[in-house]
Amino acid sequence: MNPLMRGMTQPRTRRDVFRLTGLSAAGLALAACGVQGQKVAPPKADAVADYWAKQTKNGKVVFANWPEYMPEDKGPLERFKKDTGISYEYKEVIQENAEFFGKADPVLRAGQPLGYDIVVMTNGIQLQHMIELGYVVALDQSKLPNFQANAGQKYKERAYDPGNKYTIPYTSGVTGIAYNTEYVKDDITSIESLFDAKYKGRVGMMSDAQEIGNFGMIALGIDPEKSTEADWKKAGEKLKAQRDAGIVRKYYDQSYIDAVSKGDIWLTMAWSGDVFQRQLAGEPVKFIVPEEGGTIWTDNMLIPKGAANPVDALMLMDYLYQPAVAAELDEFIQFVTPVPAVQDLLREKAGTAKGAAKKALEEMVDSPLMFPTEADYAKLRSYTQLTTQQEQVFNPIFQSITQA
Amino acid sequence: MRGARFGDRLLHLYTWLVIVWLSSPIAVMILFGFNDKRSKSNTTWQGFTLRWYGELFDIPDLTVALRNTLVIALVSTVITVVIGTMLGLALGRHRFRGKGVTNFLVFAAISTPELVMGASLLSLFVSGNVPRDANTIIVSHVLFSLSFVVVTVRARVVTLDPSLEEAARDLGATAWGTFRQVTLPAIMPGVLAGAMLSFALSVDDYVVTSFVNGSTVTFPLWIVGAVKTGIPAQVNVMGTLIFGIGVLIAIANAVATRRRT
Amino acid sequence: MRRLTPYLLALPSWMWLAIFLVVPMAAMASVSLQTGNAIDGFAMTFSFSNYADAIGAYSPQLLRSLLYGGLATVAMLVIGYPVAYWIAFKAGHRKSVYLFLLLLPFFVSFVLRTISWNFLLSDNGILFGTLKDWGLLPADFHVLATTFAVVGGLTYNFLPFMILPIYVALERVDPRVVEAAQDLYATRAAAFRRVVLPLSLPGVFAGVLMTFVPATADPINAAILGGTSNTMIGNIIQTEYLTNLDYPTASALSFTLMAVLLVGIFVYARALGTENVLEAAAR
Repeated sequence: MNPLMRGMTQPRTRRDVFRLTGLSAAGLALAACGVQGQKVAPPKADAVADYWAKQTKNGKVVFANWPEYMPEDKGPLERFKKDTGISYEYKEVIQENAEFFGKADPVLRAGQPLGYDIVVMTNGIQLQHMIELGYVVALDQSKLPNFQANAGQKYKERAYDPGNKYTIPYTSGVTGIAYNTEYVKDDITSIESLFDAKYKGRVGMMSDAQEIGNFGMIALGIDPEKSTEADWKKAGEKLKAQRDAGIVRKYYDQSYIDAVSKGDIWLTMAWSGDVFQRQLAGEPVKFIVPEEGGTIWTDNMLIPKGAANPVDALMLMDYLYQPAVAAELDEFIQFVTPVPAVQDLLREKAGTAKGAAKKALEEMVDSPLMFPTEADYAKLRSYTQLTTQQEQVFNPIFQSITQA
Repeated sequence: MRGARFGDRLLHLYTWLVIVWLSSPIAVMILFGFNDKRSKSNTTWQGFTLRWYGELFDIPDLTVALRNTLVIALVSTVITVVIGTMLGLALGRHRFRGKGVTNFLVFAAISTPELVMGASLLSLFVSGNVPRDANTIIVSHVLFSLSFVVVTVRARVVTLDPSLEEAARDLGATAWGTFRQVTLPAIMPGVLAGAMLSFALSVDDYVVTSFVNGSTVTFPLWIVGAVKTGIPAQVNVMGTLIFGIGVLIAIANAVATRRRT
Repeated sequence: MRRLTPYLLALPSWMWLAIFLVVPMAAMASVSLQTGNAIDGFAMTFSFSNYADAIGAYSPQLLRSLLYGGLATVAMLVIGYPVAYWIAFKAGHRKSVYLFLLLLPFFVSFVLRTISWNFLLSDNGILFGTLKDWGLLPADFHVLATTFAVVGGLTYNFLPFMILPIYVALERVDPRVVEAAQDLYATRAAAFRRVVLPLSLPGVFAGVLMTFVPATADPINAAILGGTSNTMIGNIIQTEYLTNLDYPTASALSFTLMAVLLVGIFVYARALGTENVLEAAAR
């Protein structure tokens, strides 16, 4: 008899299994204490002041960020080092919000430090959990002069972090519609095009519950920020009908951009920065914010609980809000900067640049994808704010559509 | 007999077709390592350049990530092959108490979804206060590769004739001598196959590594993160070099075996 | 001493598996019976209904995963066996070179392979675009975002795990035995069926174990190559775990998947009669 099967079928196996269970008592104990909840109330103002009063500048900072979010020569960080004498370690360790939270959670839950002083996370469920669980250090507002002076108003008033208590923005992007101009000859202006049977099998939607839920609601004229459970269900029905009619080809993650630029899909929900880069590459894609509205998301800097060098971290976060530094960053990242003055600085730079560099800079300055106009901003909505209980209703409504 | 030889040729051709099929995405990867791309995305052909080969090591974090991946793969493969071969021998050759449970665990290690394995390993390390670094990655890679080596080696061991070893022992060979002179050469194809599988699994792993890496970044982790803004062409070049070095090793090996015969 | 040998051989792996697999698995078993949420905490309530709920909610994805995993495994066996056969008996001194070449593409990260496949298989890309231009394919023909693509992707990504163990078992067979069998039996087919196939079955069994199990649990191929109704159980576990932070459901689904796979492998081994063959081979 085959060894594997013999192991599974012979009578003595049962005894072995019992022995195995005994061995794992330690594991059970581990599990029992491993998943306790610890929702915390927001810290009192004096507690925040106390915390910061105890911290000192240590002369170093560890910055955890997404790949390709910092020029390769680390220019902004080098300048920071020269200006402040604070040395830095820069780590490109964040690939995905959910995954990052998944691995940060057990560490922070156990009260251990993550080993980073600054972490960048997108606004959304995971960031909200970080804040709710008390994993984020409340910022000392008095030490953010550049942020106060240079951040755009919209970046100081974010529904998910009122008063910039825990986070300040790193870079932003817009969720709208991208379409391939080789295949779509009409000018797309409305979100309804995503539901148009004319494009059967050629529409891409995002798999993220927040993103797709928002678009379902915007299509119904509902503002996601003010939505209710009934609205979510209505949006769910609309999106389900869209799927059942065969209009959607696939629910995409980041890969939608390749699909639309190659023409596998003709129009799709899309993130602004991606489309802009494809345009620079000469690919036939166009991005619009639908007239009914789109959403804006922001990657935010925060200081995780237990960070070893919070003072240095806060200095660096604020340093990045110097317009010249922000311009250097944005020229590389090519998303939406929270510092409006960057547009003029890049325009000046384009004035003195030559050749291909000049052209690229000019395209950036004029692009509504990097510098949305007021009219664009007026159409932009934020993500739905959800409590944990609401989330347990919200997610399944949309996941049952994207993960059928 | 002519029919037979024709069949063999057909199979030879077929084997090459399968190799070409498996390698076909590599051709695209190599091609785009020469793409003179002007934006961050590297998905449309925009002209030929050797620029990325010149700037191969211009992204320090990527270089470190590649080095980490290779070191981790080598170390974890060595550990896995040694302990996996031992267990494969025990399971294929011997009767012992606890064999059933062992078989079950070998199966369980393959069937645990990677994500669950990664997450539970992280919980384990955290509760044991073990700092996450290259060592925890190696430990985890050994865990998920182990079963593949065990199963491959066992498949070899069960086909062996135990009387050979008995004969060696009767002739006065020590246990170790018997193993080195008789057993090991006989199971070597299984061991080598297991080693290659284990190396491939380690080099390619994303999910488990992403949980237990701490702040150590590997090649797949770096690339997955870079997808958000566009994968630099240097990634293609590095992939090309890994593949190219592999092909060179294969050619060298082929030439060497020809000389020997 | 000889009685101790198997224990000494197994000891290092036992320790590894006990610490890094058994303990976490026990923890997972405990979590799968808890209720609560990540923010307010989970409590042990011995809620066996977690299993019923999870299976009730996701049985279509579970069955689909078994189907895809099974189809891919059959495809791998059909595609891979002849390759393993040829390398084992006819590749002479180059055996290891061929094996290495088969595995080499897998030394390059799956992200790059995937991007390349998406490029090659694009609706209007280098392959299908050309065929469509020649009028050999209808304009709306596509492979990406279909069931075929998912099963094909699984087949591609796990093929070496089928070929290698079969090769390892076949390589052991003396070619003279095969020749003798060919003299003995009237046809090559009969010789193959009566002699070579039975001798290779341990390898086939190992190959199926190493491909069917991970292919069924795989989340990546469905996510990248599938369409709107190709979600597999691995994707669900991932979403429950990472997005919904519903650790109990994710754990319950993982155990359910393992149990189902275990039963599947058991039935397969019985159907194949592997046991008799192995007994014969071991004798």
